[in-house]
Amino acid sequence: MNLRLGGAVALAAAYVAFTAVPAFAGPTLDAVKSKGQLTCGVNTGLPGFSSPDSQGKWTGLDVDICKAVAAVILNDTNKIRYTPLSAQQRLTALQSGEIDLLVRNTTWSLTRDAQGLDFAPPVYYDGQGLMVAKSLGVTSAKQLDGATVCVQPGTTTELNLADWFRAHNLSFKPVVIEALDEVNAAFFAGRCDVLTTDISGLAGVRASVATKPDDFIILPEVMSKEPLAPVVRHGDNQWRDIVSWTIYALIEAEEKGITQANIDAKLKDPDPSVQRLLGVQGDLGTGLGVDKAWAYRAIKAVGNYGEIFERNIGKKTPLKLDRGLNALWTNGGLMYAPPIR
Amino acid sequence: MSDSNATTNKAAAPPGRAAFHLSINNPIVRAVLAQLGVALAVALVAWYLVGNTMDNLARLSIASGFGFLDREAGFQIGETLVEFGPQDHYSTAFLVGILNTLKVSGIGILLATLLGVVLGIARLSSNWLVARIAAFYVESVRNVPLLLQLFLWYALLTEGLPGPRQALAPLPGVFLSNRGLKLPAPADDPIWAWVAALFGLGIILTLVIAAWNAKRQAATGKRLSLLPIGLGLTLGLPLLVLLASGGGAIDMPVLQGFNFRGGMTLSPEFAALLFGLVIYTAAFIGEIVRSGILAVPKGQTEAATALGLTRGQLLRLVVLPQALRVIIPPTTSQYLNLTKNSSLAVAIGYPDFVSIANTTINQTGQAVEGVLSIMGAYLIISLSLSFLMNWYNSRVALVER
Repeated sequence: MNLRLGGAVALAAAYVAFTAVPAFAGPTLDAVKSKGQLTCGVNTGLPGFSSPDSQGKWTGLDVDICKAVAAVILNDTNKIRYTPLSAQQRLTALQSGEIDLLVRNTTWSLTRDAQGLDFAPPVYYDGQGLMVAKSLGVTSAKQLDGATVCVQPGTTTELNLADWFRAHNLSFKPVVIEALDEVNAAFFAGRCDVLTTDISGLAGVRASVATKPDDFIILPEVMSKEPLAPVVRHGDNQWRDIVSWTIYALIEAEEKGITQANIDAKLKDPDPSVQRLLGVQGDLGTGLGVDKAWAYRAIKAVGNYGEIFERNIGKKTPLKLDRGLNALWTNGGLMYAPPIR
Repeated sequence: MSDSNATTNKAAAPPGRAAFHLSINNPIVRAVLAQLGVALAVALVAWYLVGNTMDNLARLSIASGFGFLDREAGFQIGETLVEFGPQDHYSTAFLVGILNTLKVSGIGILLATLLGVVLGIARLSSNWLVARIAAFYVESVRNVPLLLQLFLWYALLTEGLPGPRQALAPLPGVFLSNRGLKLPAPADDPIWAWVAALFGLGIILTLVIAAWNAKRQAATGKRLSLLPIGLGLTLGLPLLVLLASGGGAIDMPVLQGFNFRGGMTLSPEFAALLFGLVIYTAAFIGEIVRSGILAVPKGQTEAATALGLTRGQLLRLVVLPQALRVIIPPTTSQYLNLTKNSSLAVAIGYPDFVSIANTTINQTGQAVEGVLSIMGAYLIISLSLSFLMNWYNSRVALVER
């Protein structure tokens, strides 16, 4: 793992050193169109967000965002090359041009935004949590003084963890392991009292890795705000607009009740905002650099935001996550699309 | 090259030598031109790469430079040799990482050498079973990738041992669990400083006596047995002082909440990395030791036996000193390998320098500076090690007259 990672970092460094400057000047949209393929950076395997199934097909909420973007630009959700990336490789991979778009449960933060990256709107509002074995008899994170905590490196998780324990004047010992599988294995083997990552990630790990999911609880404390958002390179505004409005279109579709199943019927909907969204009226796509049926293709390919949520991480999936903050604004959540007009 | 230079050259040339001609047909001129050309090409490539990197970084809006070292690190490190907290700077985090790398490499080199020498000798043993076991060990261990061995050791230590609340306690104050090995440690008490000082003094005195003993033996043939003197000076004296003072305070580990507090810890990550590195590298060192011993002519052994030396004396006084000349240079490479392989620590969670630098790179985005730091640190460690070993090699090398 380390060799691969070291290799990737070295390669990225070499890439930065060897590539001539103009490689970054061309808009990503043209590059994707001429390649006929979207290169999407995803998680190496996080159930519900991005993980390969037994046939090697990628599924998950993050993967569906990649598919929506591919549908908008290339009208084909199969023309995507998924590049699984570790937490440490992901930003370098995007900066060096190895991938066009990063949808890998990445937290939007100022440092990252200022570091040559730009963020699209969050596709999942998460928070960092702590998971412990029930047998430990702990009900609040404030009882965790002196605990050993398993954590993956190179994430905001590591910083939030240190901040939270500092703020509450508690001590802890981190065990920092690079590979997701290994850090999970160490936790379930009992090397650590606590496993920490985003709450959605904890739910995913509990559902897929634990032999008895009911033996583990996620503590009520939410240690941080984690708006998980797709990332693009800084400076390519057109590309960022396309990714952003694709996500807004999916949210707007849910608000307007447009689903993968009823979208063709909705083409005849008299509501002008639906007609504008689906390209029946007007030509909103041209401003973005795509055609007018862009949103139609995205919704047709993956469904609206609510459908994506329920299919991948909702109540009927092993993750059993509530909509919570990720409900539409009309239902008290944070999912809100600016006017599409 | 100017004419005046050529003249000086001509003047300096010893009589009978051809005069220096500034011409392309002159091999010296051609050689100098070729060297200059190569140097220029290297400089141009370096200039292009550095310049291009700076341009690209500026274009990607990535700040460059090592200013980030003075910023607060914000993350915690699991095991440290110096005091470290999230409020410390990245530079301190780097120091912690380098010290952790040095710790595991230093102890690893020591243990791998001991185990390697034993293995090398065992493979040449006349005892069939011992020789076969050593051969089996070497062949199986050196043909399995180190990373897999590390995973194996780490899994054995974390999955195989009980949790802290069911820890094994073979001795009072000693606990073995999947949180590591907990040992009683000397508490904060001035008596321990005295004990350490006396121990150091004991070692120095023993060395002085050993030198005197060797001189005396050369002169008179009489020899004192050094073992009791050495033990008495290094261990007995500090122990006497300790007992006389009524014993120093000891920090005993106690189970409190989730984990043990107090005492010393040998973490599973450190232990797994150390085991892996030592066991893997010892297999290679064993082969080097075997080749070194086989390189000593048989006549030396026979002569030593004829003089009536015991088997132990034969090895210690005749064979190993000569074998060392063959052993040292390749063993240096193994030491360097061990040090560099310690960077696999990141896979099993030991906070070595690479692991900490990786975290830093990710949090600051300073990939180029981070990778340069890693390369620089390993270069300095490796060059120092190889300098030390070359010096030692020149000391044991055959002095040719």
